[in-house]
Amino acid sequence: MTQVFLGMPAGGQGNLFESEPFPKAAHRELGNTQMRKNLRHATHTIRDKRLKVVGELPDWEALRDAGSVIKNNSMATLEERLLEFEKNFTARGGIVHWARDADEANQIVTDLVKATGSTEVVKVKSMATQEIGLNEHLETEGISAFETDLAELIVQLGHDKPSHILVPAIHKNRTEVRDIFLKEMPVVDPNLTDEPAKLAEAARAHLRKKFLAAKVAISGANFALADTGTLGVVESEGNGRMCLTLPETLITVMGIEKVLPQWEDIEVFMQLLPRSSTGERMNPYTSLWTGVTEDDGPQNVHIVLLDNGRTRALADRFGRTALNCIRCSACMNVCPVYERTGGHAYGSTYPGPIGAILSPLLTGIEVEENGSLPYASSLCGACYEACPVKINIPEILVHLRGEDVDAKREKHKLPTQMDLLMKGGSWALGKGKNIGLLEKALPLGRLAAGKDRKIKKLPGIAAGWTQSRDIPAPPSKSFRDWWSDEKESK
Amino acid sequence: MRIALFATCIVDAMYPETAKSTVKLLERLGHEVIFPKAQACCGQMHMNSGYMPEALPVVENHINAFDTDDYDVAVAPSGSCVASVKHQHPYLADRLGKPELKERAKAVGARTYELTQLLVDVLGITNAAEQLGSYFPETITYHPSCHGMRSLGLGDRQLDLLKTVGGITVNELPEADQCCGFGGTFSIKNADVSSAMLDDKVKNICSTGASACSGGDASCLMHIGGGLSRTGAKPKTLHLADILASTMEETVSL
Ligand code: SF4
Repeated sequence: MTQVFLGMPAGGQGNLFESEPFPKAAHRELGNTQMRKNLRHATHTIRDKRLKVVGELPDWEALRDAGSVIKNNSMATLEERLLEFEKNFTARGGIVHWARDADEANQIVTDLVKATGSTEVVKVKSMATQEIGLNEHLETEGISAFETDLAELIVQLGHDKPSHILVPAIHKNRTEVRDIFLKEMPVVDPNLTDEPAKLAEAARAHLRKKFLAAKVAISGANFALADTGTLGVVESEGNGRMCLTLPETLITVMGIEKVLPQWEDIEVFMQLLPRSSTGERMNPYTSLWTGVTEDDGPQNVHIVLLDNGRTRALADRFGRTALNCIRCSACMNVCPVYERTGGHAYGSTYPGPIGAILSPLLTGIEVEENGSLPYASSLCGACYEACPVKINIPEILVHLRGEDVDAKREKHKLPTQMDLLMKGGSWALGKGKNIGLLEKALPLGRLAAGKDRKIKKLPGIAAGWTQSRDIPAPPSKSFRDWWSDEKESK
Repeated sequence: MRIALFATCIVDAMYPETAKSTVKLLERLGHEVIFPKAQACCGQMHMNSGYMPEALPVVENHINAFDTDDYDVAVAPSGSCVASVKHQHPYLADRLGKPELKERAKAVGARTYELTQLLVDVLGITNAAEQLGSYFPETITYHPSCHGMRSLGLGDRQLDLLKTVGGITVNELPEADQCCGFGGTFSIKNADVSSAMLDDKVKNICSTGASACSGGDASCLMHIGGGLSRTGAKPKTLHLADILASTMEETVSL
């Protein structure tokens, strides 16, 4: 058989892009002191909870290894797994749709909803539908989508964007949530306080009507099991369960990377996911469904299998493990950069460390908009340490920086200051002789430092350093020269 | 043992005392220290900035300098540079399609140790005052640098060793495991976020009442020290090699 190479698979579209370079967005977000306070409080609380429940499991590291291996296997045999899933899901009365990208997925879902004659849908919290911008698309087609997850509802009512994959409204505090409810809910107690129980009550009253009236629900999925054709959603509130069971039609949009080989695999992930995401031993609601069950639950069950750049990410041998992500959000909760900038600075639906690698992997790094994301990290490694499926995020960040520089090198003729610095550095640090030569100039640096032995202002890109840091006066002699003088001449 | 010192470029050029301290410590224990003159830098700055082809000569130079039978183990007073040698060098060789270089990189990486890794795991040092004669009559705090702590898995080796120095008081640093915000060129590419992280580190250090903050990476200490100096804060920074090398007779001053 002849192999035809069709070139690089297409890049993802939709809400996967930075709206502006990360340093610029970060600069603005850093000035939002209320957001930073909310975020610091929220991320630190969840960090502590996670550490506590993870510490309870003596086999945590083994579980992480298992999670990583199962995912790697699944990705290595993705095509077979997906076809197996399609066969089993179809055999149980479900209907499978394949979507190459965001546009195709949006069109498929719109057609399915229109076929039911309904103009309203209820939604289970889902990252895939955020990624493709489904709500906005449905709106242009005259269909209203109602988010039912509490945090997602807050974001939707507040005409805001999610800033976290698990807690989309993490940047808002209770008082801000109350204000949004008072302003946006059609029927609400005007004396609503910011007590969590009261806020939940208001949301419940608001949503209950929607659940009972809805004919169509749209969900994502945490996993699909190939050997049984089962789909699963893991959640905390039970609102997802309502959507998954009450309406007549259920449409699930799921990234193709979510498929797991077999039923037994959920044993591992149901231990890894709740502990890593909400810091709970077990989440309150886990819903599993396998096709259609006569007279019980939705009678029209669809799944849209979404590529949107995943095949492309899979083709990158150094980056593909990013597809192993189970969207637990542990990496962003521990990230010192995310803690300070919040999720909006990343532009894409996927913020934080995983977003900084996943977004450019899905779209392709040569898409200029995502070029600054892989640099949005000090490479401290807290994400890798927390990740339940051991995605080496720092290594992939560095890899993608390499891809970015290579892509820019091809496009630009004029070298930047950074290019020149790196070229010069390559010569200077490429031989002991060369660095030794440069070190002869150290006394000049001492001169520049002056009396107080500090360098306080540097030009060009190095000004970024001296905006908050002094540089000490260099020594009069390098170690290399000291060694020659003291150790070798004796 | 015959131990090859990998000084690292920043220590060689900016903090020669730290390299001298490393030599002193190892010689005090009766080992022979050599300094392969061909060495320059691990290439981490290039790789972490995405300049892979430019990193190649730097990485190749390091591997050529250290891929010799002339020593038993190599040591560097830096967790970050050792992590780069161990993990990034094989990656770069792989990425640029150089399988032979990758194997050599792995071999060099396997014999390269961070200073406290060598002292504790290989040379069996558990009490700095008794076994190294370390004496430093100051109150310090300690920042565990990320690459040592996470990429090398140093755990509490550095802190435990510092605690056993004669005359020393070690005050615990709040939120010690939080990155200081250095991150190489991150500190200039994302200067605002880096500075915000540094701000918190500086505040935490000042809250300990220590007169110095120690650590195992000169680069992070230069960043932290630069922030302390800029805000006019009292604490200084000092590499742990300098504290361990300090003795009753020759006490390092702040
Ligand atoms: S990358 Fe890892 S830690 Fe981050 S969300 Fe995905 S699974 Fe969780």
